[in-house]
Amino acid sequence: MFGYEFLQQYWWFIVSLLGGLLVFLLFVQGGNALIFSAGRSEEEKQLIVNSTGRKWELTFTTLVTFGGAFFASFPLFYSTSFGGAYWLWVLILISFVFQAVSYEFQTRAGNLLGRNTFRVFLVINGFMGPFLIGMAVATFFTGSDFIVDKDAVGDSLSPVISTWGSGWHGLEAFGNIWNICFGLAVFFLALVLGSLYMINNIEEENIVLKLRLRLWMFAFCFLILFVAFLLHIFVSPGFAVDADGTVFMEKSKYLHNFIQMPAVLAVFLAGVILVLYGIVKTLASKRYRRGIWFTGPGTVLAVLGLLLVAGYNGTAYYPSTADLQSSLTIANSCSSRFTLNTMTIVSFIIPFVIAYIAYAWRAMDRKSLTPEELKDTEDKY
Amino acid sequence: MVENALIDWSRAQFALTACYHWIFVPLTLGLSVIMAVMESIYVARKDEFWKKAAKFWMKLFAINFAVGIATGIILEFEFGTNWSNYSWFVGDIFGAPLAIEGILAFFMEATFFAVMFFGWNKVSRKFHLASTWLTCIGASVSALWILVANAWMQHPVGMEFNPDTVRNEMTDFWAVALNPVAVSKFFHSVLSGWMTGAVFVIGVSCWYLLRGRETRFAKASIRVASIVGIAGTLGVMFSGDSSAIHVARYQPMKLAAAEGLEDGGERAPFSIVPGVEIPGMLSILATHDIDGYVPGINDILDGYTDSDGNRILSADEKKERGDLALAAFKAYRENRDTDPQAAAQARKVLEENVEYFGYGYIQDKEDLVPSVGMVYWPFRIMVGLGCFLLLLMVAVLWAERKDRIAGLAWLQRVALFSIPLVYIAGQAGWIVAEVGRQPWAIQDLLPVNAAISSLSVGAVRTTFIVFVAVFTLFLAIELRILLKAIRKGPAVDEPEVSDR
Repeated sequence: MFGYEFLQQYWWFIVSLLGGLLVFLLFVQGGNALIFSAGRSEEEKQLIVNSTGRKWELTFTTLVTFGGAFFASFPLFYSTSFGGAYWLWVLILISFVFQAVSYEFQTRAGNLLGRNTFRVFLVINGFMGPFLIGMAVATFFTGSDFIVDKDAVGDSLSPVISTWGSGWHGLEAFGNIWNICFGLAVFFLALVLGSLYMINNIEEENIVLKLRLRLWMFAFCFLILFVAFLLHIFVSPGFAVDADGTVFMEKSKYLHNFIQMPAVLAVFLAGVILVLYGIVKTLASKRYRRGIWFTGPGTVLAVLGLLLVAGYNGTAYYPSTADLQSSLTIANSCSSRFTLNTMTIVSFIIPFVIAYIAYAWRAMDRKSLTPEELKDTEDKY
Repeated sequence: MVENALIDWSRAQFALTACYHWIFVPLTLGLSVIMAVMESIYVARKDEFWKKAAKFWMKLFAINFAVGIATGIILEFEFGTNWSNYSWFVGDIFGAPLAIEGILAFFMEATFFAVMFFGWNKVSRKFHLASTWLTCIGASVSALWILVANAWMQHPVGMEFNPDTVRNEMTDFWAVALNPVAVSKFFHSVLSGWMTGAVFVIGVSCWYLLRGRETRFAKASIRVASIVGIAGTLGVMFSGDSSAIHVARYQPMKLAAAEGLEDGGERAPFSIVPGVEIPGMLSILATHDIDGYVPGINDILDGYTDSDGNRILSADEKKERGDLALAAFKAYRENRDTDPQAAAQARKVLEENVEYFGYGYIQDKEDLVPSVGMVYWPFRIMVGLGCFLLLLMVAVLWAERKDRIAGLAWLQRVALFSIPLVYIAGQAGWIVAEVGRQPWAIQDLLPVNAAISSLSVGAVRTTFIVFVAVFTLFLAIELRILLKAIRKGPAVDEPEVSDR
């Protein structure tokens, strides 16, 4: 039905879009990280937990679907990265797993560890989740230490095709300052998104005031770190692929990609402008509460643009610093044409899924969350 | 070289995650049906009693749901972290059901769970009811796709091996999605969840009856749950019957191990316990024919002729063909860029022997026999407990309909103490399914030693210990919260509640 190359590009687009949506939905983590700093009284903390608590499953599900879609469309990435950068992914998983139970358990009688312990788990996930996911994404630009040898399958005693060079199995990513820089940028972006979401979703003066005061700092830190990372990848050599699949280093590859793909540049810039507009408008006007509806979609577009730049235009999206030719490209790591075609037909259902999520979201959030609502209902965390 | 200890710890970690996951999932599947039925009755009759009853079970559902999600995400990612070679070798087929599961089912569950749990005062009664049913359907649809994936590992279909990409590639999506093993497995697993939910609800309700409290609520819950549970159990039995046929056909070693059958033949007996047999019964169950031939462990290792007259190769012959396939694969890879003729010749040999590709990784033919005790006994436990629980639910429903349940303390006690039994039955079932197919990660295609990630034993052992600690902590907390919530009760029997 579709050409193989088109399908590869299409699935890289879908995975990038899911990545963008995931980063937007990290507002849940951003909100969680602020439970103790923006919420002083028990009532305030409860408002924060219940505000993000009604959305956490969407973030979680997007993470799972992002993993599933990556597996289905680029199985060599799933195999190489998850099996190699073992500890990085295990840490991400553990932080999300603790988050998953903490909402439900925190206020329940008999929860063994006490309310505050579970809230601390939420705070830890609020930091670790965005930071570690950011680190993992940064390695798309900075590279990882692995070798892929498909011939190994012929060795009956040692048939594993992907091997990781570093015995740290993913923790070595902490040794690269630019991974940490981008991880922190994503963390501060999550704080920005969490603040904007709660400014919109919670109707309680104290919390909103505190969030507005902190938004300055979060936005400032995010921008510094993000721009620094962007400049770094623009001037550094990038991992380019020529027509026959040979990977080589090209100076300013990612900058060239933006210049050579104006549509992607436009998406990225539109995203950045929307992100900034949402932040600036919220900071400028004390009554303005709809910043999340600009910064959120802006985040989706900016991340989409960044991931497209990592994979399109002859670029190795998961580069290997141990063996350049082992680097993963869209073409050498994707599923077969038949599978991509099948999955493409399945993907036509995505707009329908987004539509019912939007419908349910609107139905649930018609009114902002107030202390009175929490007092009057038993249906809360 | 892949260390045995690494294989063992990786298997242990996956088994641990799967077993814990299956503690929480069946209750989610079963409770979701029971509470959706209760809410439907509320919407139809507009009787607040049913709303409160549904809300109570929803509260328990929510406590359990979160832990199911937490263990589920680890399970999905472990295919990559611990079984990375598997992920590449069959990811082209296996990844699709996981992605479809996320797109079709998880979002449905996540979105409508939030409406169900928080939306009582925010959306209309009918929208709320639809959300409850959609949460229930979402749970079952997610089970469908992960079971499609699992069934494919038991009976791989709809693919072919591509030596250029070094993996199996999907050629027929519908063969994968409608794999007969998947259909049986779906009904068998999901309906066993209905059993779990039913036995749980009946047991908890009987505890209230023993305490002489929440009587109306307990009786109403018993009524709904036992009907759901009996329907589920009958479905489990029918799908179990077709599962037996599939196992006999596609995984004869699993069946032989489950029966402890050393030497098979026609009119094969069914072993109830060692020394007690029903003549010819195994042939009936496995082939629906008393004269059907069922191979034993030795027959499978030595080679035999099946009922249709096909000669099935011995383990040594399969190993020989597997070695040929691996050698041809290597020759193809070495020559494909330099010597097209040699490559074509190697490819031909590979294609002739690819059916036995996985046997090339088997070091010793004894490795082809799974642990008989680990399959034989769990099978008996599963079937025995299933039959007992069916009788129990029929007895409880009968007593409730005759309005005698409140007076039968012994029956209430039996029902209460049966709650762990339904969990043991479910765990035993998965042990039969998964241990029984060892050493294969994918039947005849990829043994576990070739499916693994290249990690240190210490790393996997550490995460195993961490996961044991985390899952056990979650289970302990969940049980304690559930017990507290049950002790507090639904409080629906107050005088102001209508008693119609």
